[in-house]
Amino acid sequence: MIQVNNLSKKYNGTTVLKIDHLEIPKGQSLGLVGNNGAGKTTFFSLLLDLIQPTTGNITNNEIQVNTSEAWKPFTAAFIDESFLIGYLTPEEYFYFIGDLRGQNKADIDALLLKYEEFFNGEILKNKKYLRDLSKGNQKKVGIIATLIGNPEVVILDEPFANLDPTTVNRLKKVIKELSENPDITILVSSHDLQHTVDVCDRIVALNKGELVKDIQTSGGTLKELETFFAV
Amino acid sequence: MFKYFINLELKAFFRSASVGKSIGLKILMGFLVVYFLLVFLVVGIALYPLLAKSFPDQKPLAIVNSFVIFWLAFELVLRFFMQSLPVMNIKPLLILPIKKRTVIHFVLLKSLTSIYNIFPLLVIIPFGIFNIIEGNYNPLNMVVWMLAMYILVLTVNYANFLIKKKFAENIKAFLPFVALGLLFFGLDYFGVFKITTLSGTVMDALVLRPLLVLVPMLILGGLYFLNFNYLKSNFYLDNSLQSKVEEAKTSDLTWTKRFGEIAPFLQLDIKMIWRNKRPKTVIWISLIFLAYGLMIYTNPQYKDTPAFFVVVGILMTGVFMLNYGQFVPSWDSNYYGMMMSQNIPMKQYLSSKAGLMSVSVVVLAILSMPYLYFGWNVLATNIACALYNLGINIPVLLFAGSFNKKRIDLEKSPFMNYQGTGATQWLVGLPLILLPTLIFYGIYKVSSLEIAIVVLAAFGIIGLGMRNLIMDKIAEGYRKRKYATINGFKQQEN
Repeated sequence: MIQVNNLSKKYNGTTVLKIDHLEIPKGQSLGLVGNNGAGKTTFFSLLLDLIQPTTGNITNNEIQVNTSEAWKPFTAAFIDESFLIGYLTPEEYFYFIGDLRGQNKADIDALLLKYEEFFNGEILKNKKYLRDLSKGNQKKVGIIATLIGNPEVVILDEPFANLDPTTVNRLKKVIKELSENPDITILVSSHDLQHTVDVCDRIVALNKGELVKDIQTSGGTLKELETFFAV
Repeated sequence: MFKYFINLELKAFFRSASVGKSIGLKILMGFLVVYFLLVFLVVGIALYPLLAKSFPDQKPLAIVNSFVIFWLAFELVLRFFMQSLPVMNIKPLLILPIKKRTVIHFVLLKSLTSIYNIFPLLVIIPFGIFNIIEGNYNPLNMVVWMLAMYILVLTVNYANFLIKKKFAENIKAFLPFVALGLLFFGLDYFGVFKITTLSGTVMDALVLRPLLVLVPMLILGGLYFLNFNYLKSNFYLDNSLQSKVEEAKTSDLTWTKRFGEIAPFLQLDIKMIWRNKRPKTVIWISLIFLAYGLMIYTNPQYKDTPAFFVVVGILMTGVFMLNYGQFVPSWDSNYYGMMMSQNIPMKQYLSSKAGLMSVSVVVLAILSMPYLYFGWNVLATNIACALYNLGINIPVLLFAGSFNKKRIDLEKSPFMNYQGTGATQWLVGLPLILLPTLIFYGIYKVSSLEIAIVVLAAFGIIGLGMRNLIMDKIAEGYRKRKYATINGFKQQEN
């Protein structure tokens, strides 16, 4: 589904990301782990064509992302709070994203009903604008908004950060369910090795912009990663 | 400590994403400032001889003294709209070992460096010197008079500071003051209550008894203290947080559906304007500007310069367009990255912005229809101006927007958030106003008023006809500069 060819990103001569080759097949759930500055967010920004690659390219379903925009209809992402529109209520935000993705109100309502437990009664019908929600609740809205309109590629940057323990477990359940769908490719980045191993079929570790590990999840994966990141 | 603050300010200016544009504007402002400095100096020097010649039976100082009150009122209004207040990002400073007092004093003293405090000096000092030489006043008394005048100017400075801070959230609150000012002006004009006499008596007394200068000094000190207290009590983050959690009003904007594809963006824009203080202020300014015509059309001085009516027409019908359009796409800067990763055709996004501005131009044009009272040519000029705004100025603003890289923080706490509420925002609009005026003036000179109006309207209609083509080109520009825009919007600024 996603193919990375000779991709690199340099800022003033410093290489922040360099991935020669990476292929993510359709239906896989990929976990991206690494320390601060490893290049996780840079990679996602390149994938979403928010920054320009210095060399190479990424293709999403055979569409090169920085030359065509045809990948947008089937790709959904939540990077950070800057993906939310602060002066809308959560419902209005969902309907707006729905409008952009060709979904009507009823479709959205059905989807929201499905994730009622995840919202924990703190999001909907609360008469609050997104800007007045706590960071964790904002994140819940952003994550669920990526599921609108049956996307084939879902990108979540640090979804576990800022969430309370209960919600983390619920989120893991949500991601697991998604990954069981063979049509949905999921990319998740995190600092938390445990969570990533729990929900992903495959783990890719980045260090200082380079791909240093690429493993299929198995019983020993967590140990292997912990040894790798040990001081 | 001030040394550090000044250093921080310089860095914030030179390291911002829009430093090029800012410097350009500053240079332009510089020229204007020099021009006004000269104008004020000339007024200051010419004032005494002029008054002495025109009113030989009155003392020039007495005349000036009686108008001091109007001068101060005028200055307050001018400052309210034109002077941008000093801003400072206090959040990082809150928990550092810096006394709050120091920060507040810095902000308050910084406002003294404003050029608006220099202009009056250029009138006060020459006029005072003339009084000593020609008017045989005691030098000491005149020096005290000059001092008192300057203290009054500074009082206006801090009064404006306070008013602007308190009412920036709510421009409606300024209206009672305008009404009060007009009332006093009216009472004076019709001779019911002479506020000029009062002002004259008070100021004359001050010249006779220099010790009275203590009174304005006390007022100035009091205002400084009020400002200080206000800022100090707002020097908390939660102060803004608490009042901020307003109950969300969900609004049903299904009527926008009839606009078809651009409906979702139109809804978003309307909510953006209605739910954020800053864009909401733009609406109020637009309505206030409708009265601009009253000031010009009633003045016989402009009767023979119809080209000036074009300035009025463009401003009246386009004031929303100018204020809103010059910050496209910065209004969406908080979530521009999301917009760019969504399934949004750039042209639709821009068409929605153009649509919103077009509606505003049409509405304002309709609201300005009653100016027909001042003659058919006033109405025709306004309509031609509206067409020109629709056809030419909207695409120009959108095109210029593709170079916008400055973030607007809609959600920033009301504390010291006055981005773009100074003179610069009017300056950007200058070419948009001057160009049609020059075109009009040129044609009016070589032919007639009617032809000039028709030509101006024709420009607009041609622009409207080519709208689709032009929008394609503009959208192309936005796509090309997308990365720079996203990067610029990520920068947090004061």
